[in-house]
Amino acid sequence: MKNILEVKKLRKSFKNFTLNDISFTLPRGYIMGFIGPNGAGKSTTIKLIMNLLKKEGGQINIFGKDHIKHEKEIKNRIGFVYDENHFYEELTLHEMKYIIAPFYKSWSDKLFDKYMKIFKLPANKRIKELSKGMKMKYSLTIALSHDPELLIMDEPTSGLDPIVRSELLDILSDLIQDENKSVFFSTHITSDLDKVADYVTFIHDGSIILSAAKDDILDNYGIVKGGTDLLNEYTQKAFIGIRKNNFGFEGLVDDRDKARNLFKDNIVIDKPSLEDIMLYTVRGNQYAQSNH
Amino acid sequence: MKIIISNSSNEPIYQQIVRQLKEGILKGHLTAGSALPSIRGLAKELHISVITTKRAYEELEREGFIETAPGRGSFVAVQNRELLRKKGLAIVEEKLAEAVLTAKSLDISCEELSKLLHQLYKEA
Repeated sequence: MKNILEVKKLRKSFKNFTLNDISFTLPRGYIMGFIGPNGAGKSTTIKLIMNLLKKEGGQINIFGKDHIKHEKEIKNRIGFVYDENHFYEELTLHEMKYIIAPFYKSWSDKLFDKYMKIFKLPANKRIKELSKGMKMKYSLTIALSHDPELLIMDEPTSGLDPIVRSELLDILSDLIQDENKSVFFSTHITSDLDKVADYVTFIHDGSIILSAAKDDILDNYGIVKGGTDLLNEYTQKAFIGIRKNNFGFEGLVDDRDKARNLFKDNIVIDKPSLEDIMLYTVRGNQYAQSNH
Repeated sequence: MKIIISNSSNEPIYQQIVRQLKEGILKGHLTAGSALPSIRGLAKELHISVITTKRAYEELEREGFIETAPGRGSFVAVQNRELLRKKGLAIVEEKLAEAVLTAKSLDISCEELSKLLHQLYKEA
């Protein structure tokens, strides 16, 4: 079984928002970043995967099994980190552990102690006394203590400083060393975490814009810069998003070679960041409109 | 072994790895049979994607610089030094040919070009 997570034509509608038959897959042994702006549908998707929301259509397979039919077994093998605190604030970290541990068949006190130590978490402090970064580390400690095969995290980095983010990076890399585990995390800021992401799935307005190996995306996309005299109705079509200023233009293309053929040596092509791709895709239409 | 990754370079990260490992092998810092870090281990150390290191190793394997044995990891391929030198020379030749072509298109004389080459050689 190659894929650890398969989402096929997943659908869910709310009053003002529809998740539009989205599909993507995450192979075993890899890390996937799920990126997109606020309100794009990231949390909805994750809640649907965890069956915290009822889907209207589509199929979700985890470990090759239907996520509702085999919910109990699957959840025993998943570690889940929410974006908000869901622990009893008045309890100490140690006390909270005794409440959570019995829910998992494969709970390991050894693993719990290991991560408490790595993250330097104070076992006897109350949860409400923890900083935001420490609360996230505690969530992660709890999520990892039953040795999950799939780690799912909703916005784990929001509000964390670069040092904690870097520690998280190490933990995630460590986790996938055995080629058997996978990590799926969502984020609206393209953070340092993207460095270790093998795959990126980009969601916008309830639809998947792209889902591919990060290296392929970064190798093909490009930021093209040149003089506005190069732009006409025909050449403008090559861009996903474009921004003009008084001195020239900058635009995002999804095929660098094609842009090079089109504009020859009259342009500069820069390597894009994931943030560039997100920005130009989301604002692409607005840019175009403001130019008319 | 030293591998330095630049995130701002236009050279893709996997190529940076390929280039530096090749250099290490051609210069004899990495000798035949010596073990390379695992694909996942290297990705972890460098804080980069596993797919990137995998691609680098696959390329090195294709070019015969390394060998990968399932379950045992990757090793510097056993090659004779003469062959390695020839390979290195071929790479240099290819790059010089490119420079000559550019020079010609810009009307730079052979003399000017060799002067530049001497200077660069000294500085490197």
